[in-house]
Amino acid sequence: MSTEQAIQTYRTGARITDVDALVVDGFSVYYETDSGTVKACDDVTFTLKQGERFALVGESGSGKTTLAMGLMRLTRPPGHIAKGSATLNGRDLTTLTDEEMRRTRLSELALVPQGAMNSLNPVMRIERQIIDGILDHVEDDEKSPNKDELDEMVRDLLTRVGLRPGVARLFPHELSGGMKQRVAMAIGISLRPSLIVADEPTSALDVVVQRQIMQTLGRLQEGLDASIMLVGHDMGLVAQFADTIGVMYAGKLVEVGPVEEVFSDPKHPYTKLLIRSLPSLKEKREFLGIPGLPPQLIDLPVGCSFADRCPSVFAKCREVTPLTQDLGGRRETACHLYDGEAKS
Amino acid sequence: MTEQTQAVETSSPSTGTQIIRMISGVLGHFVVKRFLFFLFVVWLASTVIFIIPRLSGQDPVKEKLLLEAQRGGAMQTGLDAMAKSYQKRFGLDQPMWTQYVNFLKDLSRLDLGFSIAFFPRTVNDIVFESLMWTLGLMGTVTILAFILGTLAGAVLGWPRKPGWLQYIFMPLLTLSAIPQYLLAMILIFVVAFQLGWLPLFGGYAPATVPTLTFEFAVDVVRHAILPAFAIIFSAIGFWAIGMRGMMINTQGEDYMIQADAKGLKGSRIFMRYAVRNALLPQVTGLALVLGTIVTGQVLVERVFSYPGIGDILFQAIRLSDFFVIRGIVIIIILGIAGATFLLDVLYPLLDPRIKVRNS
Repeated sequence: MSTEQAIQTYRTGARITDVDALVVDGFSVYYETDSGTVKACDDVTFTLKQGERFALVGESGSGKTTLAMGLMRLTRPPGHIAKGSATLNGRDLTTLTDEEMRRTRLSELALVPQGAMNSLNPVMRIERQIIDGILDHVEDDEKSPNKDELDEMVRDLLTRVGLRPGVARLFPHELSGGMKQRVAMAIGISLRPSLIVADEPTSALDVVVQRQIMQTLGRLQEGLDASIMLVGHDMGLVAQFADTIGVMYAGKLVEVGPVEEVFSDPKHPYTKLLIRSLPSLKEKREFLGIPGLPPQLIDLPVGCSFADRCPSVFAKCREVTPLTQDLGGRRETACHLYDGEAKS
Repeated sequence: MTEQTQAVETSSPSTGTQIIRMISGVLGHFVVKRFLFFLFVVWLASTVIFIIPRLSGQDPVKEKLLLEAQRGGAMQTGLDAMAKSYQKRFGLDQPMWTQYVNFLKDLSRLDLGFSIAFFPRTVNDIVFESLMWTLGLMGTVTILAFILGTLAGAVLGWPRKPGWLQYIFMPLLTLSAIPQYLLAMILIFVVAFQLGWLPLFGGYAPATVPTLTFEFAVDVVRHAILPAFAIIFSAIGFWAIGMRGMMINTQGEDYMIQADAKGLKGSRIFMRYAVRNALLPQVTGLALVLGTIVTGQVLVERVFSYPGIGDILFQAIRLSDFFVIRGIVIIIILGIAGATFLLDVLYPLLDPRIKVRNS
């Protein structure tokens, strides 16, 4: 089975096209602290096709949320985008003015946050929180939609995420976690963005609701023909949902590839250990972890940052920082084990 | 379809009129309960201030007469008889229980009795006259300071403020560390005495009689400016620092990140997301402070000889005018309990998470 076929068996609706939606090149987010520069996200490069579902996984502190926030230019000081570019639909997000970036958010690039938490303003009705995003993106020469049109939009959006229209008049504290997550999705799709960044949209929800939320998110994405960048650490959920998976470790993207192939044949030793650590239903065994801890991201030494925990480590790993290598078939990894196999 | 059913959980299929009737019924009930609690607090506090002076074992009438007698150098014969007749007049010769019932009866009619020092003027007369001055000055100043201070704090706590604002507000906040009475004296010395721009003391020019004319109004405002400034400076700092802290807390909330991710305009995030949420504790503070403004600012009013309640309280304590002191304490009780009552009733409108419950 070819790679293309493998990807497409995962979906019911929209297909991945060959159009580049998001091209991230050497993207780096650094935090300047008193004790040095923290390279929370360093030299990340990947491409997201139109209609693709890309999942970013990695343990806490690996930089996946930093990357997602950095792409939206929501990094707060002392963090800043140190270098690299992120081109969405032909425009480099890192060079836009603040006002251009503001207009791009929600209309082209929308965030679906961990809605079960406190991402909704507690003193504002749901309808207001959907409407204000729409109103602040009306172009100067455009006429603002009137109240009836806005009500209609709110009703339509709520129905599309599986909520009854009456939710519009409620306050966030009157909703359950799953309902809040749906509202967060309704806000995210309100201006038909071409890229949805979903930052752990199902954490703090029970598994039944998780499944419903992910189904809804997939359906919405296919309806909009948008791409999705899913940030999460739930490997099982990622395996079911995504087309492509990117594994992050210590601020670097160490492996990228079609989800099925990465799961069946992981290349990077970290990915191997990560997948091996998933508990299995078929056999009872001890929980397998990855020994050691991720390195401090301040003043990283030369060489691979996984070297100290890697079972296959050899001399070169501590001397040369591995570069990302194209292994063919949309598979990439940054590991010296594959130095001889690079296609380019 | 499970998605749909889960979402409909909290639905209440009712028409508009039903909802209105339900809310008004619930709210009515809630307000009544809060009001009864208000009455209970006032009764309890009044009872305490009825009992405490009687535990001291002092006889206010006798002390007053003794003081007058000493001052006048008069013979002290017949003093006891005089005290007895006065006590009869003030009802102090009756059994404790009867005095208590009479006190509550008078209180329910808001009759606070006679002043001892300025007999036959009533306490109501004295207190309410000065209350006007205090409420006029303190009410305006408190609300002004709240608005200015809260705005300053909101801007100071906003990470996207223009940098130069820091250099204007920070010295202003330092000024607020100066005690009010000291600032009052400095203002009197510089503005009123050396420059002569504004009057030195009082609520209005000494030679005039209060009338409802434009000239008199201007005179009152001119007299109020310096005391107002003395109070407002420190109060602004108080509100600004509280608001700034709340704004910084708000910055860390998830909904602030989401507001940015929604690409909202900065002004909308500032007002509707940051300030709106940071304001809630400030409003609680305002209600409590409004409850205490009836006490006036004893020191500032003293420095300016402003005819407010603080000045009256000072005089009453000096002349051991027990009934005036008691009257002012009752006004304070009513003020604080009243403000708390208002806050209880209004707060659910500001913060939807505070539910009006009846159980």
